[in-house]
Amino acid sequence: MAINKEGSAYTFGFAALMVIITGASLALVSLGLSSNIKKNEADKKMMDILSSINVESERTNAAQIFNSVVKERILLDADGTVIRTMNTDVDPANLEDPFNVDVQKDYKQKISKLVQANKNDKPVLLEKVSEQDVQYPLFRCEKEGETYYVVPMVGTGLWGPVWGYIAMKDDLKTVYGASFDHKTETPGLGAEIKEDFFEKQFTGKSIYEDGQYVSVSVVKAGKAGDSEYAVDGITGGTITSTGVSEMIYRTLAIYDNYFKTQRAS
Amino acid sequence: MSEVAVEKVEIEKAPKEPLFSTKNKKLITDPLNENNPITIQVLGICSALAITVQVKQAVFMSLSVLVVLMAGNWIISALRNLIPNRIRIIVQLVVVATLVTLVDLALKAYVPDVSEKLSVFVGLIITNCIIMGRFEAFAMGNRKWPSVLDALGNGLGYAWILIAVAVVREVFGSGKFWGFQLIPDSWMMANGGFYMNNNLMILPPMALITVGVIIWIQRARNTNLIES
Repeated sequence: MAINKEGSAYTFGFAALMVIITGASLALVSLGLSSNIKKNEADKKMMDILSSINVESERTNAAQIFNSVVKERILLDADGTVIRTMNTDVDPANLEDPFNVDVQKDYKQKISKLVQANKNDKPVLLEKVSEQDVQYPLFRCEKEGETYYVVPMVGTGLWGPVWGYIAMKDDLKTVYGASFDHKTETPGLGAEIKEDFFEKQFTGKSIYEDGQYVSVSVVKAGKAGDSEYAVDGITGGTITSTGVSEMIYRTLAIYDNYFKTQRAS
Repeated sequence: MSEVAVEKVEIEKAPKEPLFSTKNKKLITDPLNENNPITIQVLGICSALAITVQVKQAVFMSLSVLVVLMAGNWIISALRNLIPNRIRIIVQLVVVATLVTLVDLALKAYVPDVSEKLSVFVGLIITNCIIMGRFEAFAMGNRKWPSVLDALGNGLGYAWILIAVAVVREVFGSGKFWGFQLIPDSWMMANGGFYMNNNLMILPPMALITVGVIIWIQRARNTNLIES
């Protein structure tokens, strides 16, 4: 009996078989490559954290340098209370590890909408953000005898998410360094936030003015001058610059709860 | 019975031609110029706008498209007598989506830096009209070898336009080539020089205009291409 290739039975059979074969092959490949992919993502994250304290690393040695420089991985809640600390080598498979907290996912799911809704009211925004069930990782690093604290940040640029790491000096008031990245900002304009000339500006800035938390603002290019609390934004990348500014303000305000208690002790 | 079967095999084998016959060579050369997928058929324009800001991105994007197109054309051509006509577009879509996902996973696992650069655009290869166009117009009606050659030709035709546009945009928009600085910093207006990068080059409209200029040159040189 010849098979009727235009019949419904054949069509359904073909479709079902096709779905099973493609589904199985995709699942297999994804499973086979997942350890590689996870390792690559973890390496990249380590490189970003290290670059915020000006430690150069490459994919090949990122984990090794990270484990020797980062002395403690701390997990905080919004009030600045320590949930747990870890100082063993990073294990990308251990979900308890503060290193593996997905801050970008938390931002996307719980915080980005609040930021949109409360653009013009910073105190209300901070209050709403701190009510969210979000955990905040913090990395205590030691380099050449000095201690630095690295804070991960996530925010919104013009086309998509921007994120970065800001490193505080031991006094928890002065910025030591910062590194930024983005997903889809315009090359040559907003995308310049990940360039050295922008990141280097943050070094030495202060987030406190007369004991009051002020954060570091990204202002219009050329307007920062000698200010201790502002850096020049990107010409033609105003919305990205504003996003970075908002991200730093909101994130450090939360971590400030922990910084305050640390400074007091 | 056996006689009939033997005959059939012979018929299928009968039009045996050299691997690179004139006809097969044309499959590769045509899409490079006279039947270019971007400038003549105006397909795949979206990616030509999106990832031509830097040459490196354009090269890896072209490579990914080439791999997907060649593998896809081969698979579709091999299955062409089995695919039910009513769901052939869905089948083509599944094939391209599967291949793109595989390429994306492979990039993420083995060349993470490139994968980061291309970000979402690898996934968008699925919606690249060139690929579905070649599946439907060529692979569904031709044997495997010509289909692979056709894919190679179209992939290269796509690649050279993409890279040409990217060179223009990166050199004039960022003053760089493959990430290397071409214009010395001291020339920049910001440092008291006379030169400034053209920021317009970086924005999507200039990609369209650059493609337009290529189309113009192509038609000026080959008047056969001009519609009456």
